[in-house]
Amino acid sequence: MTLAARIIPCLDVKDGRVVKGVNFVGLRDAGDPAELAALYDAQGADEICFLDISASVEGRGALLDAVRRTAERCFTPLTVGGGVRTPEDVRALLAAGADKVSINTAAVMTPDVIDAASSAFGAQCIVVAIDAKQTGPGRWEVFTHGGRTPTGKDAVAFAREASERGAGELLVTSMDRDGAKSGYDLDLLSQIADNVRVPIIASGGAGTLQHLVEAITVGRASAALAASIFHFGTHTLGEARAALAAAGVPVRTV
Amino acid sequence: MQKIALIDYGSGNVRSVERALVAAAEQSGRVCDVRLTRDPDFIADAESIVLPGQGAFAACMHALQVDAPLLAAMTEAVQIRRAPFLGICVGMQLLMTTGLEHGEHRGLGWIDGVCRVLETTERLPHMGWNEVTPVRPHPVLDGLAPHRHMVFMHSYVVEPANSEAVAAVSHYGARFACAIARDNMIGVQFHPEKSQTAGLDLLARFLAWRPA
Repeated sequence: MTLAARIIPCLDVKDGRVVKGVNFVGLRDAGDPAELAALYDAQGADEICFLDISASVEGRGALLDAVRRTAERCFTPLTVGGGVRTPEDVRALLAAGADKVSINTAAVMTPDVIDAASSAFGAQCIVVAIDAKQTGPGRWEVFTHGGRTPTGKDAVAFAREASERGAGELLVTSMDRDGAKSGYDLDLLSQIADNVRVPIIASGGAGTLQHLVEAITVGRASAALAASIFHFGTHTLGEARAALAAAGVPVRTV
Repeated sequence: MQKIALIDYGSGNVRSVERALVAAAEQSGRVCDVRLTRDPDFIADAESIVLPGQGAFAACMHALQVDAPLLAAMTEAVQIRRAPFLGICVGMQLLMTTGLEHGEHRGLGWIDGVCRVLETTERLPHMGWNEVTPVRPHPVLDGLAPHRHMVFMHSYVVEPANSEAVAAVSHYGARFACAIARDNMIGVQFHPEKSQTAGLDLLARFLAWRPA
């Protein structure tokens, strides 16, 4: 009788194709996003996330097409992010079939876009993605542009601001852990969890099933996002659900 | 050919509802013409009506009201002709007399009650898969396996004046009505179109539903 913790496979998409970066460099092709998403849907993914890392207009068009093709085959929530700057970008992705839209760089540079998108489409479909890098004990800085640009903003303070402006969820990525498979940054997650009331999605660092469990039990995230451990067949979503259930975390019946 | 009118009033992700209805019809061997429409003639002939909804209560209600022929056709179909009606998320909340999201707003008032924020100590919005527990028999909900999860994405809930209108409940720090029903109308707070097999099965039962 309780809300299930979510496991979210994440597809990093460039020019309509899935890639996965290790610390955001050294991309490796892992297939067609619609195919992969349909596979995860069949495995009982609680949600599917697309993060677009295309820089070009052609890449954006390819993304919208991929979102359309994926949404046609998935009957589970689909979150899409990457390069979203305006409420119009949000509208285009929702129209293509996204259920939620994630805003990253623009949320930091022009935070008013959070308020505007949230009031136009509802907080439940606006996710603010925060890329954070540790700068000292208990301190993290927000980075933008795919982790290349430091902003001088404190990640915990920005998390609070984003939720107050109308974000319905926060997707919190540890830049230090992303691709390292050494586990999520649990201190970062729990610090943010203490400071906001919206649900948090843990991201960056999942290498084992135990890491997924810790994101929920120690990091107090509502959802754990992972890419490589699922893409390369290290683990299935069924195994991930079983590991969470064995640890006493509520999961859904599939 | 069963005509299904999916009401098009500019609400968010309606394509997923359309696809799910088509898939539900196909899997149950039902020949349906599912149409995203604001055409009063199609609505007047439709055997079933589906009202989706995403965003704020007042904005959705306003979008319905500015299209007077659409609202009139839908009202006639549901209230006079008594065609089976399914409201999803805000499409269900609009059934209430009053919405208390960002001020006080009038709803359709087809089921007496209010739409108010979910009072809970848990994180809001309520996001993800939660259990749906029917509290009385209903053709659209019967067949739902025990402890079945459906997808939720909301912060507001309905509170019917008459508790008999509550058809199913969920718990999220507090108990709330996640399905309401009266006569030929049913509304669900969750998203069957995003709830994989369990959701498609529910939509298939709705398409087969012939209220007395």
